[in-house]
Amino acid sequence: MSKSKILKFVICAYVFGILINGCAPKKEAQKQTISVWHWMTDREAAFFELAKRYEAQTGVKVNFELYAPSDAYSQKVRAAAQGINLPDVFGILGEKRDFASFIKAGHILDLTPCMEENSGSWKESFFSKALAINEFREGNSYGVVPGIYGVPIDIMTIQMVYNKNLFKRLGLNPANPPVTFQEFLDIGKKIKQANMQGLVSGWGEVWMIDCLANNYAFNIMGKDKVLATIKGEVPYTDPDWIKVLSLFKDMQDSGVLASGIVTMVNKTAEQLFANDRAVFAFNGSWCVNVYKGMNPDLDYAAILPPKVSDKYPMMIWGGAGSSFMVNARSKNKEAAVKFLMWLTDRDQQAYLAEATNNLPANKNSLTKIPEILAQFAKGMEFATHPSIWGVSEFSAVIEAFDKGIQSIIIGEKTPEQVASEVQKIKERELAKRR
Amino acid sequence: MRTKSTLENYVFVLPAVLIFSIFYIVPFIWVCRYSLHDWDGIMPIMTYIGLANFKEIIQDKIWWGSMLNAGYITLIALTFQNALAFLLAWACDREIRLKNFYRVIFFIPPVLSEVVVGLVWQWILDGNYGLLNHWLSHLGFPNLVRNWLSDPQTALTTVAIVHSWKGFGWGFLIFLAGLQTIPRELYEAARVDGANAWYCFRKVTIPLMIPVAVLVAILTVLGTMQAFVLIIAMTGGGPAYHTQVPVLRILASMRGSSRFGYACAQGLSFGLILIAISFIQYRFSKRARQV
Repeated sequence: MSKSKILKFVICAYVFGILINGCAPKKEAQKQTISVWHWMTDREAAFFELAKRYEAQTGVKVNFELYAPSDAYSQKVRAAAQGINLPDVFGILGEKRDFASFIKAGHILDLTPCMEENSGSWKESFFSKALAINEFREGNSYGVVPGIYGVPIDIMTIQMVYNKNLFKRLGLNPANPPVTFQEFLDIGKKIKQANMQGLVSGWGEVWMIDCLANNYAFNIMGKDKVLATIKGEVPYTDPDWIKVLSLFKDMQDSGVLASGIVTMVNKTAEQLFANDRAVFAFNGSWCVNVYKGMNPDLDYAAILPPKVSDKYPMMIWGGAGSSFMVNARSKNKEAAVKFLMWLTDRDQQAYLAEATNNLPANKNSLTKIPEILAQFAKGMEFATHPSIWGVSEFSAVIEAFDKGIQSIIIGEKTPEQVASEVQKIKERELAKRR
Repeated sequence: MRTKSTLENYVFVLPAVLIFSIFYIVPFIWVCRYSLHDWDGIMPIMTYIGLANFKEIIQDKIWWGSMLNAGYITLIALTFQNALAFLLAWACDREIRLKNFYRVIFFIPPVLSEVVVGLVWQWILDGNYGLLNHWLSHLGFPNLVRNWLSDPQTALTTVAIVHSWKGFGWGFLIFLAGLQTIPRELYEAARVDGANAWYCFRKVTIPLMIPVAVLVAILTVLGTMQAFVLIIAMTGGGPAYHTQVPVLRILASMRGSSRFGYACAQGLSFGLILIAISFIQYRFSKRARQV
């Protein structure tokens, strides 16, 4: 072999060696390090500060790794789960069904024994509805061993907010927001006359449509009938469901919906509302931080969606905003649990609430919060969430339902047509399951 | 001695073969395997379901609707986008002032981020505060004012036009390179024989540009059928299903419904359709060249 060939071979082997070595895992640092993956860009600085404090107190280093946007984060977690390469602590974005799959695949530690230590002091520190989202009860339909599998780090409610200045401009009293759906529609007529924009929301991302539709479904037919529909015992062609779908047509006809709402992403909706360009917004309590960043002088208040019926209470989606889970296969799982106990303790929760304007999951930290956050917190009384219903609707049905509402808003389909199409998909999915 | 030399050669290509196999061949085999299973992408156990996913794809109206949408965007790209690219390349190939400046300008859209382009156009096309509607009103066309991206009648065409604006620079570059390879002597000879500019264009430029046009057409079809970033940024696939394209459906199956097996089957079917389209295009172009 000539010298040049040997040289080429050595160079190739060297480059190949570097490539292979680059894929190898890093050597563990001597200091105990807990790795945490998250997607919360708005909380990044606060997490770093808390990690610094924790290291100073305990000597344990906590590495918060941000992967945003949430879609990219979600994919990364799934890929890591497939490769059994999850970090010590991580969050799951998705439906309860996905959460259950992670547990059944052995990726998530059952935290029940830790929660119940010391007469359940850790468990008792949380809002029960926040914890419920991370809990699987006896006889759950997912086939998961009953237990608590996640730690809520904040809570949220999704409600309506209205702009007080624009209310005044419309000749309305900001102290008297709409309580009934008819009052809401009447304001829509005024908005239309004044050539203003009414309700903005991220309905282009569809799940927020689902959220409002579910709120009204609970108000019109009650929880039992909604759950019976999910179980396949009540069809979507039921008059109550058609009434729910018709509300979106009524909103569109009255002029209370902002134009272009069907393709609007929540970021755009937030910009419009924060800049005094929309009278109403349908958004989660995280919006307080967002609006503050966009327009600190925005004058607004939070309300429950105006009710249609007095028969059942108006329920809203709420509960744990973000939760962390502990990797059941992690060597650091005990340290990870200790860190989460510390993170959800009163002082750290109060700091997180203050720094990020999110509602704390620890009920003892709910002391010094702004008025607007207190309004969102009040909504917790009426909070519910698909994750605590114990049954999940098929994804295909949810998609057809939400896209169907978009079709109603753009005047392409009637509520009856959408109900019939959704029911067909429901029957197809039920047949598949059988 | 010869065997030794052959072995040496294999050693040199081994790293490339390994990398190609690990990152392309193995994932492809896995996709084929997953497409025959019902799997949520998380559980370690997969259920073998044979060709059920493919059967479902055949009956999936939304999937075929998204295919039609992608076909429509591709049609606009093949006609409007490529005609524009060719005309601009032809203009820049001639002795005009500032031709280098135009060459740079025309290539700016393709190098911009698709998300940024999508968001900027979303702002321009906004129904309430968009520049387009503002100018339409000011220029005396208030009847044309609409919510371009939320109106089912205009959403897909608007997305297709923005996609063409974003993509014409690639075609422009390839056409320009093609035009520059045509020997100038051919034009001079044609002129000596009395051919005018139009005749030169028809009888010299067009025939010699057919292979380039075929290449641009194949790249346009492959690129446009797979477009989705711009669409996510502009409409998210809405209103309803009006701007849904196949890649968005694959993403929806994978992320929205957690149906990895079905998403893999959709991906495979889509790949086969693209290969078939490219093959048909190639056959047509071969025939056109022979004519």
